[in-house]
Amino acid sequence: MIQLWDVCKSFDGGKTFAVNHLSLTVHEGETLVLLGTSGCGKTTTLKMVNRLIEPDSGRMEVDGRNVLQQNPQDLRRSIGYTFQGIGLFPHMTVADNISIVLRLCGKSRQQRHDRAREMLEMVELDPQRFANCYPDQLSGGQQQRVGVARALAANPKYLLMDEPFGALDALTRDALQQQFLKLKNEFQKTVIFVTHDIIEALILADRIAVMHEGRIEQIGTKTEILQKPASQFVRDLFAKPAEQLKDFWTALS
Amino acid sequence: MIDFLIEKSPELLIKFREHVILTGVSTSFAILVGVPLGILITRHKTIRGIVLAAAGVVQTIPSLAMLAFLLPLLGIGIKPAIVALTLYAFLPIIRNTYTGLTNISDEIIEAATGVGFTPKQMLCLVELPLALPVIFAGIRTAAVIGVGIATLSSFIGAGGLGDFINRGIALNNTKLILLGAGAAAILALTIDFFLGFVESLIWKRST
Repeated sequence: MIQLWDVCKSFDGGKTFAVNHLSLTVHEGETLVLLGTSGCGKTTTLKMVNRLIEPDSGRMEVDGRNVLQQNPQDLRRSIGYTFQGIGLFPHMTVADNISIVLRLCGKSRQQRHDRAREMLEMVELDPQRFANCYPDQLSGGQQQRVGVARALAANPKYLLMDEPFGALDALTRDALQQQFLKLKNEFQKTVIFVTHDIIEALILADRIAVMHEGRIEQIGTKTEILQKPASQFVRDLFAKPAEQLKDFWTALS
Repeated sequence: MIDFLIEKSPELLIKFREHVILTGVSTSFAILVGVPLGILITRHKTIRGIVLAAAGVVQTIPSLAMLAFLLPLLGIGIKPAIVALTLYAFLPIIRNTYTGLTNISDEIIEAATGVGFTPKQMLCLVELPLALPVIFAGIRTAAVIGVGIATLSSFIGAGGLGDFINRGIALNNTKLILLGAGAAAILALTIDFFLGFVESLIWKRST
């Protein structure tokens, strides 16, 4: 379980708040999608959970332990993290990239090797073909699969994903979203997933937290949010893609 | 000319060796001090300006003047020559170490931080390997500059191929001048070629 209480973060010394008195709970095995327009504070919120950003005030717990009282490196190794930039290490092979957390924790070469192959199979990349490749020999979709494999390699209970599929084309994105759902059902990870893509949020989320100007406008299941939007902002946010879809269907028929 | 070369070859070998030692020792010192300094100034902003400015100022001092400065402090011989050469080698090595480390993309640093690298692991496993080609390019520049400046250190009695040039000038002997200058040029080209080859291997491995 991940819990945040009354968390605040300002980047300009308190004039404006990127995250403003935010509280939320992510239950065990649940995928919570933080949805909102750019600058709404969703990425800041995510990065505070693994202390890439330190909050100004508030309290956070992961697995019942206070985040701010843990060694940041240990904390981060226990939480998988992927983001749009992927950030694969260009001087390491795919297998070394995937098993890097195991290396940091002092696991043997053989253990790392085996785990990397296992993870490649899990994200449906042929270990024979890809294990010894370098990241620049991979397509964007393949790189992001490796990014996901790296985040999962140390078998963390928690996963933070910051628009991991944002830079991919629609078909690749769909393939990776399906893969994500499959992995999620198989391993019961607790996930915070940040996106601005409403369709993606609807596909992946167990619950959605709609964020606006550093606050949560509404948090709930898809049906709750679609049927009972809590504010005009939430209504507008979901109305736009619905309109676009209508146009799309009209064009098709 | 051939006879002249054969006649001079024992001495040429000695001077060549002295020259290689002058350049090699000073470049090694500069690496041992310069690379850690380059790393240090990526971590501490306050000393960055001072270190880079100091290394830059040293570079603008004419080499002959530098040797003359060091003469009263360290006497004549190989010692002041090595100090001077080391000082000249600092700038390319420090600057390239700094540039190589700061040019690593933010995404890679964020990923490394996000998966839980300690600062030390980050330096050894990510930053230095990725900066290595640029650092090495700096070392190559420093070594080649060193070969050139080392010819001047003959003026303060440090030996090397500059001895031929000085003697040639004093005796108005063009052959001697050409012998020293030619050998120094060949040495510089060889070092440049060899280090360039190593550099291309590093690039291949790190990209």
